[in-house]
Amino acid sequence: MTGAVPAVRGGAVALALGGLAHTLWHGVHEPWHALAFGVLITVGELARWGALPGEREPAPLGAAGALAYALLGRSGGQPTTHGVFQVIAVLVAAQLVAAVPHVARGSGPTADQLARRIVTVTFAAVCFQPLYNSGRTADWFGDGPFFALFLLVLLGLTALCDAVLGALLLRSGAFPHGFRSRGGTSIPYGPLLRDELRALLGIGSAVCATGAVMALGVAVAGLWALPVLCVPLLLTQVSFRRFVAVRTTYRQTIASLARSTEIAGYTPHGHARRVAVLCTAVGRELGLSGTELTVLEYAALMHDIGQLSLVDPVPDGATAPLPAAEQRRIALLGGAVVRQTGVDSEIAVVVERQADPYREQPLPARIVRAVNAYDDLCGEGLSGPLGALERLRLGTAHDYQPEVVESLAKVLARGGLTPVPPG
Amino acid sequence: MVILAAAVCAVLCVRRALPPGSAEVPWGTVGLLTGLYLACELPGRHPFFGSSVPISAGSFFPLLLAAAFLLPPAAAALVAIPGSLAGRVENAPVAARRVWRTAQLVITVWVASTVHGLLGGGATLGGPDPGLLPDFPYAVLPACVAALAFSLVLTALDGSILAAAERLPVRRAWSGLLPSSLGPHLVHGLAGLMMALLWRSSYGPLSALFVLLPMYISCWVFSQYHRQQAAHRATIRALVQAVDIKDTYTRGHSERVGRASVLIARELGMAEDRLEVLRFAGILHDVGKLGVPTRVLRKDGPLTPEERRVIELHPEYGHEIVRGIGFLGEARAAILHHHERLDGSGYPYGLSGREIPEFARVVAVADAFDAMTSTRSYRRGRPVPVAVEELKRCAGTQFDPQMVRALARAVERCGWAAESVAVTADEAVPLPGAGAGAGAGARSGFVRQASRPRPPDGLDGADGLDAAAERPR
Repeated sequence: MTGAVPAVRGGAVALALGGLAHTLWHGVHEPWHALAFGVLITVGELARWGALPGEREPAPLGAAGALAYALLGRSGGQPTTHGVFQVIAVLVAAQLVAAVPHVARGSGPTADQLARRIVTVTFAAVCFQPLYNSGRTADWFGDGPFFALFLLVLLGLTALCDAVLGALLLRSGAFPHGFRSRGGTSIPYGPLLRDELRALLGIGSAVCATGAVMALGVAVAGLWALPVLCVPLLLTQVSFRRFVAVRTTYRQTIASLARSTEIAGYTPHGHARRVAVLCTAVGRELGLSGTELTVLEYAALMHDIGQLSLVDPVPDGATAPLPAAEQRRIALLGGAVVRQTGVDSEIAVVVERQADPYREQPLPARIVRAVNAYDDLCGEGLSGPLGALERLRLGTAHDYQPEVVESLAKVLARGGLTPVPPG
Repeated sequence: MVILAAAVCAVLCVRRALPPGSAEVPWGTVGLLTGLYLACELPGRHPFFGSSVPISAGSFFPLLLAAAFLLPPAAAALVAIPGSLAGRVENAPVAARRVWRTAQLVITVWVASTVHGLLGGGATLGGPDPGLLPDFPYAVLPACVAALAFSLVLTALDGSILAAAERLPVRRAWSGLLPSSLGPHLVHGLAGLMMALLWRSSYGPLSALFVLLPMYISCWVFSQYHRQQAAHRATIRALVQAVDIKDTYTRGHSERVGRASVLIARELGMAEDRLEVLRFAGILHDVGKLGVPTRVLRKDGPLTPEERRVIELHPEYGHEIVRGIGFLGEARAAILHHHERLDGSGYPYGLSGREIPEFARVVAVADAFDAMTSTRSYRRGRPVPVAVEELKRCAGTQFDPQMVRALARAVERCGWAAESVAVTADEAVPLPGAGAGAGAGARSGFVRQASRPRPPDGLDGADGLDAAAERPR
């Protein structure tokens, strides 16, 4: 699996070169269509400008346009003759043109994103064009509602392929080269794929539906349908972008609130952030994904907020060595603050229950408890990380869940923390 | 009365479709579209979907517009009835609102369909035969004009019900509605056109549904956006309340400073988006007190020079806390510099004159104004005119005269309710110390609301003012 990234990249480059060469050799069929779709994809790809880091699909219009071109069999009632190679060539040319301003600005889309788009669109084109041009689809599905269904199913398959590819790239990109030889364990593939699939429900399905509608719309009404069809998807993109922007701000504010305990001198510097990052890694290791991870992250960020109500700071800000009753009291006070922040009540529950024995806790609270104790104990004495882990293991009878502690050990053994994909 | 009139109009619109003899009404299409619209509106009522899919009115206008393009006016108007009667209504009176909305949509769809028909839109849509292609560039025109008519009629009806129900002047009721709804309605019109095209084509109604999906998703995302924004506001308030946990003397001060800052800025004619940031600057100006030890903040009696120095660090702590919040922008500078004085004797950097950021100068005036006019446990608040006089006296040395003048003008015009603590509805939420019922027995070590008199310690922003006037009475 380590070879996934080079394989995908190499495949994409081979496809791109093959497509361009074939098209140059044989000439462009229906140049107006090629130009119109090329411009559409270019404009769509340009929308990567100002994309925020948390965005799943920064160029939905580009994706929909490319998919529509791959699935285009007729235009204005006349059959089209472009084949798979021309689809690839138009896509690659459009991507290259769109990349010029990005590269000039020094912030181009990553090679992986481009490669993924090329492979996905090629998949759709290979599934559709030969079947359609040979007249099979007309025999099987006719030219009515069943054809529309066929397109939708095909797009569903394509989206699935894209999700698998995305998870693969993410997983391979998540740890440095030569890591496997050092005996580390890899990130589980399941949650990554689950994240990717969940993203399909959002903008992914809008992209697929628009791709299908564009292909059908152009088949019915010719190229004039294209600009009309862009509008709803653009609207979707705008609302997604606003949503991502406000989510980013929200996350920053939560992080600031979490940092306030550090500035107030109650907790050591960077404690909340470290605990949040480690908790997310452990949660991912244990198979959490999507919203569950967000709940875990926010709860971890704010887990010490209850200390603001203390007149005098706890020694070193470490709650783990305190008596259990004291820990629980601080946890309850923290939960009360968190309830006022407008976050899901789930998060408040995690903060409230973080000091309970693990058998009474929900899973996120178990993770927060173990990771918080680890960070507290690490900073406390001379024992360091290994000693801290050892003390956690000794506490697995009552306080910490054994599985959580083992996952924590695995994450730490991996040396690096896993990057958190936006979700 | 208005509702009744609208209902009568609506019935008149639909009446022509009802006699079974009317031959040209394609009842199959009517039935399908009606069922579809009903199916789209129903999830909004279901308690399970109700919370996760808060569908605002208008999510499914493309469907109605497609009906307006596909069907004769009376039949198109019929499509809107079951869905809008069944849809979710947020406020009482439910029945009256349902009837009103149904009547409104029936009339609107009827008008849109009529306009579309008059421009010859029906023929531009093409048909299922390969020979019957849509007349494309022209087809956009009737669709757009119909969407325009849709928008005009809908906002006019909305405006008139506002005028009738809430006694707003008609012009004001209408002015705000049209510009904000015209764009979305045009988009809906284009989506409706595509739906109608595909519906008529050989691919049939199913393919028309694909058009709805992106629209639906963007509505869903939009509602998520509003939820996140509300949550974000609440988090900002939580940050302020975290200060209140430590320093209970100044409850409500932050919100009021935010309000006063906005008053000043509005008087100065600042742009609306900067006003929003300035409001946050005002609300968060003292967030750095989180970094000051609670014992020092709540100390009875005069402060030692050492303790005063610790307290004077709070602008820097505050800046450090909000450093990571990108959108605050200028507000961060205001938080850092709100204790600078115009003559250069303030802290933390001793900036003077124009070196002090504009927002900081605004917040400084607002801060001092509220500190003087609000009642604290150790002294009564001063009357507003006295406070304004005091500010004017210190203008030029401590405060920017421009800001003081703006505040004086604004207060004269709009008035100032110093003790209206509940600026936001959630302000009344009990604080954690008192709210955590489970910990009630073991709260001895935690801060509580003190009722002891407390001498001024220079925390009030009014610290440079006449010290004698600040003594407890």
